Amino acid sequence: MNVFPEKLIEVNSKPHFLPPAAADALRLEQALSLLSQSGQQVPAGVEGSTPWLQSLIDALCDLSSRDGLTGLANRRNFENAIARESDRVARSGEPALLLMLDIDHFKRINDHHGHVAGDLVIKAVADALNATVRPMDLVARIGGEEFAIILPNCPPAFGSAVAERIRARVESQAIPLVGGQQLGCTISIGGAYAPQWVRSTPAVWMERADLQLYRAKSEGRNRTCLEPTPVSVVSAEEKGLLFASSIFGEDLS
Amino acid sequence: MNTPVAPGRRARITAITSGKGGVGKTFLSANLATALARQGEKVLVLDADLGLANLDVVLNLFPKITLHDVFTGKHTLEEAILEAPGGFSVLLAGSGMVEYSRLTPEVREQLVDVVQKVVPRFDRILLDTGAGISDVVLYTVSLADEVLIVATPEPTSLTDAYATIKVLATTQGRRDIRVLVNQVSKPGEGRIIRGQLQQVVDRFVSPGLEVPVKLEFVGEVPIDPSVREAVKKRQLLLDCLPGSAAAQAVIAAATRLRA
Repeated sequence: MNVFPEKLIEVNSKPHFLPPAAADALRLEQALSLLSQSGQQVPAGVEGSTPWLQSLIDALCDLSSRDGLTGLANRRNFENAIARESDRVARSGEPALLLMLDIDHFKRINDHHGHVAGDLVIKAVADALNATVRPMDLVARIGGEEFAIILPNCPPAFGSAVAERIRARVESQAIPLVGGQQLGCTISIGGAYAPQWVRSTPAVWMERADLQLYRAKSEGRNRTCLEPTPVSVVSAEEKGLLFASSIFGEDLS
Repeated sequence: MNTPVAPGRRARITAITSGKGGVGKTFLSANLATALARQGEKVLVLDADLGLANLDVVLNLFPKITLHDVFTGKHTLEEAILEAPGGFSVLLAGSGMVEYSRLTPEVREQLVDVVQKVVPRFDRILLDTGAGISDVVLYTVSLADEVLIVATPEPTSLTDAYATIKVLATTQGRRDIRVLVNQVSKPGEGRIIRGQLQQVVDRFVSPGLEVPVKLEFVGEVPIDPSVREAVKKRQLLLDCLPGSAAAQAVIAAATRLRA
């Protein structure tokens, strides 16, 4: 996944030349060793040339926007993306779904099988998420065992099917541990659509999806809960409390 | 996020909405604007009830140039802003607005554009929105700094006011919502109604939100024959019967709105 495509094109379209002497003065050892440590390709081409420096910067940008363990977008990248997406939805009115996911009983996995196994589980879940979404969707690891997926242009009718597919995929996979043992895990998913055409913030959107994740957890985990649409329906319980006052008893019952 | 910000003077934008129609929203908008203007604010009432506008009927103003002409580019915004009898300015939707009752990208752009242009020129903008929670209403409300919900003690009005509060809290992150109760039959009823709404919100809406939703009581307007009289005469209540109980209640509500 290319992380900042617009910016790269913009920079590439303008030719820049750095005087060779200036390039020599740059200290790039640390940047290069960071890249090779993280398994990224060290830029090819003439060392110190502008294209070489550009690919070095691109690689560093990519590195700083990814989660080290899973290779997914990291929290910083996710926050950028969700801000862009809520702006886009506010203007275009296209439906966009945000899913918040959490590995069930992750602490138990860590406690029983150790942190190495915990990391393997996180990686396996990350792979499963990547395998079940479209290339245009952004999958991010936003906390220890927490993930988020932004699905642009996802019609409301498809939302629960998509979430359910992701949940089922994670549930069905056996994760091989070191030493031949296999482990299964499940995830809970909460989701909410971006409010179309209204002033909102990424924080509100995330809060709504989080609320659904909380609901999925409290309803027993290993399930998906999307925000019911419309929220405008008033339940019998709500009405009961609304009219509980004596003023209605006197005048209207 | 897309709310316009202008340096210097910047109007406080108050959306006046109600779940249910026919609760006196437009009547209250016009009279609140009069009270606010008398308290020294430079006020514009924007008739944002695009499909079913009737602010013109309440004010007995039937201008040739309306918001419709601004949207179609036939006239400038300045030409469409009128002086209303109550000492405030008004921007009327006009009958041609039926075609704008759906929220197309053009309508959104036009509305934002109009709001952006008037914000630096007034102290207060009252957005008289339509009833219900259609996308046009929600979008209009989203342009406002604060929301005033008008309800009556009728169960249907309360249910719809509650639904509106719920939608605004969850989809727009509104945490402070003002409540004005119209047509109360005895003093104190408005406060009870606000309390009742707050109780249901505390129980069913706020749990799960990081900051709870707070309903602020702005006032109660009693059932008063003088209201009917003013409406029939197509005059502002504050002009024709300023001493009536309802007029006094509107003035008190305007004062609380400014706090």
